[in-house]
Amino acid sequence: MARSDVVIVGAAETDEVGVLPGHSTLRLHVEGARNAVSDAGLRMSDIDGIASVSAPGPIQVAHTLGIKPRWIDGTGVGGTSFLLHVRHAVAAIRAGHATTVLVTHGESGRSQVGSARGALPASSPNAQFEAPYGVLGPPTMFTIPLLRYMKEFGLTAEQLAYVPVAQRKWAARNPRARYREPITVEDVLNSRMISYPLHLLECCLVTDGGGALVITSADRAGDLPQPPVHILGTGETFESPLISQMEDFTTSAAFRRSSAEAFAEAGITHGDVDHLMIYDAFAHVPIYGLEDMGFVGRGEAGAFIAEGNTEPGGRLPLNTNGGGLSYTHTGMYGMFLIQESVRQLRGQAAAQVPGVEISVAQGNGGMFTAAGTLVLSNRTP
Amino acid sequence: MSARAKPAPVPTPETQPYFDAAAEGELKIQRCLDCGKPFFYPRPCCPFCASDALEWITTSGRGTLYSYTINHRPAPGFEQDAPYAIAVVQLSEGPRMMANIVGIENTPDNLVLDMDVEVTFEKRGDVTIPQFRPAGREAI
Repeated sequence: MARSDVVIVGAAETDEVGVLPGHSTLRLHVEGARNAVSDAGLRMSDIDGIASVSAPGPIQVAHTLGIKPRWIDGTGVGGTSFLLHVRHAVAAIRAGHATTVLVTHGESGRSQVGSARGALPASSPNAQFEAPYGVLGPPTMFTIPLLRYMKEFGLTAEQLAYVPVAQRKWAARNPRARYREPITVEDVLNSRMISYPLHLLECCLVTDGGGALVITSADRAGDLPQPPVHILGTGETFESPLISQMEDFTTSAAFRRSSAEAFAEAGITHGDVDHLMIYDAFAHVPIYGLEDMGFVGRGEAGAFIAEGNTEPGGRLPLNTNGGGLSYTHTGMYGMFLIQESVRQLRGQAAAQVPGVEISVAQGNGGMFTAAGTLVLSNRTP
Repeated sequence: MSARAKPAPVPTPETQPYFDAAAEGELKIQRCLDCGKPFFYPRPCCPFCASDALEWITTSGRGTLYSYTINHRPAPGFEQDAPYAIAVVQLSEGPRMMANIVGIENTPDNLVLDMDVEVTFEKRGDVTIPQFRPAGREAI
């Protein structure tokens, strides 16, 4: 039986997401944090644990907000970091190292105001064995495994192009989504080639925004205004810091291990999942996610999505905010996965799915390097 | 000429033999003396058994094209090459490594997965790096 003693009681994004040249990175953290603490019905002085990613990192964020933490987590493994922070917060709260943890994200991904672009040292393995071959950010690395997958499993360009089409149907129902106009497979295939075989509309947005979470023990949640979201199971792992060293280009070992651990801890099966978020930095990532998490068999995810199973009215609602492809993508998008899972479990989502009791969020970080998984529920097991 | 130079690796003590071999026209990788497995990239211990008893072996320089992307937004120094393929080659010895595919126009029709490729070498500043070309072609 899964434990359900730690809950998310506050969750909020920045007032706006999108293009925010007037917001520094630090302000995005602060705005998300203040909104989340307010959402939880708490005061900043109630927070005694802080988790965030550098830069600015947990210390700068806590100092700015006047938090005096007795627990700090600066785990930074790319866009999935916040899922790991939630996992670590569960352990910290159970251990008594903190009672109420704030997890913050803010990123001026588009406007680059007060941001720090991380560059690896010139002598790192990535710089010695990949950078000389002309890689430049995620579009040139995350995409490399895909052709091998397409050859092994016969995924077609049309099936791949349907991933953003399906997600745009969710975005159309979300007034905060950056792109809401319906698109067709033809639109996707006619959009500019970014990194073959991926076109512009198969690549995520680059935006500004942030969000935060407040996590505490279930026994403290009773008097708070929002329905608690129970953290039933969590997982984290990594596979390889170099994309070229993934063991098998048709499957993410990190997705497999992280999700298996979270499902086992939660004591759930795939049929129990009412709502799913998979980090969609590029169109093929949800395909890998659906298979590596075990929702469909190997090579089946492209057809599963193209048949409408993940779009509005489908049996496995996926990326219901519109995803990184249509909603927003600040750079480290994982926070927005959790926000949408919480909204769906509270019944507060813009594109609300009826009767969601279990939602799963699957994140990736540093391309296929790291992974984190959360199994969340609005009921106790 | 590109306005900017392509990136040159900065070797560390444990990777220096790799780049020294490349300068001599050989592709060398490490092999574990305890478990016997070869691996890439060069590092201070075996990724399979964590042993630090390692040797350098000279590969055949042959492999196959495992996967790639064709990048249309060039990295600094690659402006004249775009669109260019960033590939991963499976060496005949087993390990895989990133490379560009040189000596052939980088189009989806030309770059067929599992095609045979062979190593060639490219100077980057003071350092030499391995590259790959379709097997059986003249050096460029």
